[in-house]
Amino acid sequence: MEAKVGAKTKEAQDTRWRFVNRTMRLHGNAPHALIETLHSVQEHFGFLDTDSLKYVANALHVPLSLVYGVATFYHYFTLKPPGDHTCVVCKGTACYIGGAATILNTFEDEFGIGPGETTSDGKISLVTARCLGSCGLAPAVVFDGEVKGRMKADEVLEKVRRWTENDTNV
Amino acid sequence: MTLTFEDLQQIAKIEKDKQEGIKYQINVCVAAGCLSCQSGVVKESLEREVNRRGLENWTRVKGVGCLGLCAVGPLLYLEPDGVYYQGVQVSDVSEILDSLGGSPVSRLDCSSHLPFFKRQQKIVLENCGKVDPESIEDYIAEGGYQALYTALRAMTPNEVIDDVATSGLRGRGGAGFPTGLKWTAVSKAFNKTKFVICNADEGDPGAFMDRSVLESDPHRVIEGMAIAGAAVGATNGFIYVRAEYPLAVRRLRHAIAQAERLGVLGKNVFNTTFDFEIKVRLGAGAFVCGEETALIASIEGRRGTPRPRPPFPAEFGLWGFPTLINNVETFANIPPIIRNGGDWFAEIGTEKSKGTKVFALAGRVNNTGLIEVPMGTPLRDIVFDIGGGIPENRRFKAVQTGGPSGGCIPEQFLDMPVDYESLAKVGSIMGSGGLIIMDETSCMVDVAKFFMEFCMSESCGKCVPCRVGTTQIYNLLSSITNGTGKSADIPNLEELCDLVKNTSLCGLGQTSPNPVMSTLRYFRDEYEAHIHDKTCPAGACNCGGSKEAK
Repeated sequence: MEAKVGAKTKEAQDTRWRFVNRTMRLHGNAPHALIETLHSVQEHFGFLDTDSLKYVANALHVPLSLVYGVATFYHYFTLKPPGDHTCVVCKGTACYIGGAATILNTFEDEFGIGPGETTSDGKISLVTARCLGSCGLAPAVVFDGEVKGRMKADEVLEKVRRWTENDTNV
Repeated sequence: MTLTFEDLQQIAKIEKDKQEGIKYQINVCVAAGCLSCQSGVVKESLEREVNRRGLENWTRVKGVGCLGLCAVGPLLYLEPDGVYYQGVQVSDVSEILDSLGGSPVSRLDCSSHLPFFKRQQKIVLENCGKVDPESIEDYIAEGGYQALYTALRAMTPNEVIDDVATSGLRGRGGAGFPTGLKWTAVSKAFNKTKFVICNADEGDPGAFMDRSVLESDPHRVIEGMAIAGAAVGATNGFIYVRAEYPLAVRRLRHAIAQAERLGVLGKNVFNTTFDFEIKVRLGAGAFVCGEETALIASIEGRRGTPRPRPPFPAEFGLWGFPTLINNVETFANIPPIIRNGGDWFAEIGTEKSKGTKVFALAGRVNNTGLIEVPMGTPLRDIVFDIGGGIPENRRFKAVQTGGPSGGCIPEQFLDMPVDYESLAKVGSIMGSGGLIIMDETSCMVDVAKFFMEFCMSESCGKCVPCRVGTTQIYNLLSSITNGTGKSADIPNLEELCDLVKNTSLCGLGQTSPNPVMSTLRYFRDEYEAHIHDKTCPAGACNCGGSKEAK
């Protein structure tokens, strides 16, 4: 079985596994390291695919069903690959009062994707966050990791449009 | 390596000496709010310009924690002039340096916001905007870790617990359980292995107090945890922090590494038999993990579902060992209590709610940001004096406290003092401290729906009342807001709320109907307008009927 490959071979397949193995080692390969390990996988691979879930289950001696249960329980983990660019719209209370819903609606009208979806060409992902904690800057939107405050719907669209245009030029 | 009190004073002295020749200090806010307005770039540019002009011997640029007024960031604070600058851009840098010693740059001056700064009393946030969150030496120079030394060398564990009990400090996570009682319970638990957990899983949408404390003054939380560990007899600590707060996580890890290097964490702290280490555990975006038994499950690497209590974590917690769980703000209150004594703390606040409370002010208010006021401050002072009132001269409608577990408080209660009991009396809770201000353009049914959607998707699914009840309530609210509500919906809502409140397993379910119940209590006319007249009085919902023009 693919999941049975040892740590060495896994590292040979992809050097990013070294970081994941290191996380597991730091926690003594104990079952309670599961969430930390999944964080590490997602940090380096962008998402959790079935193969990595199997590998982690095997390495930490946790049933695959439990690993899958944990990976799907927590909102932070995603089992689908993200798009090239990610736009996170905060849906915290302050941002909601400040008009986050309008941003999401116009986004859907323009690009045809709702929260948690990626455009069919794999370019843009739209994600909502529970609260970024930047409530003083509501409504807040994160463009590829860069937090921008007091955003209006058309400003968001313009920023995202620039991504798609730049990519077609390349 | 062990650290002594003399070492501590030596570090403080070296740090103070460094500041000796400094005539002007420019404090740049580098907490997440201001960083997202490019305060990091401003700081670098200031440093470069200071070096270029050769001013580095008497001008110091320092990154500090949250200055509070997040609404007008990036913020600067000039010492010793006591001037706050708002909205500083890179292009303003040379003008600011030119003005040092002269009159301040009036264009950037934010003295119009003075009540915001003057009306506060800072205990938890005393170092925010003052110390460099990435420097342990700076924290020690402000008297840091002396409380830990006192607790370890001059007090017995029981004296520490007595002091905390005398102070009347209550849990700042929301429920307000007396901290002294909790500590006593854990210290009396008979087991060699005990744990201390800091709950930094601040999931309430609209609350950012814990994030700001961790980003601005991480060492204070570490010190509070170490004192707790010494008092209850624990040697291991965990900080469970949201993965959504990358900056807080990074600063926390950095601070723990510094504390270990210096010897305030680790083996034989201050030459005593006390060992203490702290590990950071990342949350993964589950609101229910703020509940203590769910949080423990999450640290153990499992799905974060709560379990029935008792047994309480004080007897049966992490891996079955006695565990002390407190909120970030609770731990941050500990060092000043040990330093100044429990009696000092008990003098602040009201009869049953002692000390101060940090609030995150957000929503339709002019001065959004982080504030700290004594318990018992009237809501009106918070909203209109410190908060600067409602923008665009709109009318105040309600203030929402306690996030999805709290309620909306209408204008008639604005003069009510803020403490645990008064808030409970009007159907809300203190919560962790998010205050969302709403004006006449916010529809209360829509707000209730928003919170119910939150609780619905955050319900862990373990117990039926919460899993099914929140969905049913959400469906009813949806039909009311889209204009298909029936008159039977209101009594149905009330019955469902009552059921979910009384039969759910954990705090999430038990408190989830609060937003609906409080809005039904104070804004029933809005529900009725949606159902009978098919209009939204605030003009926020599309009810299908004739939409009232605002």
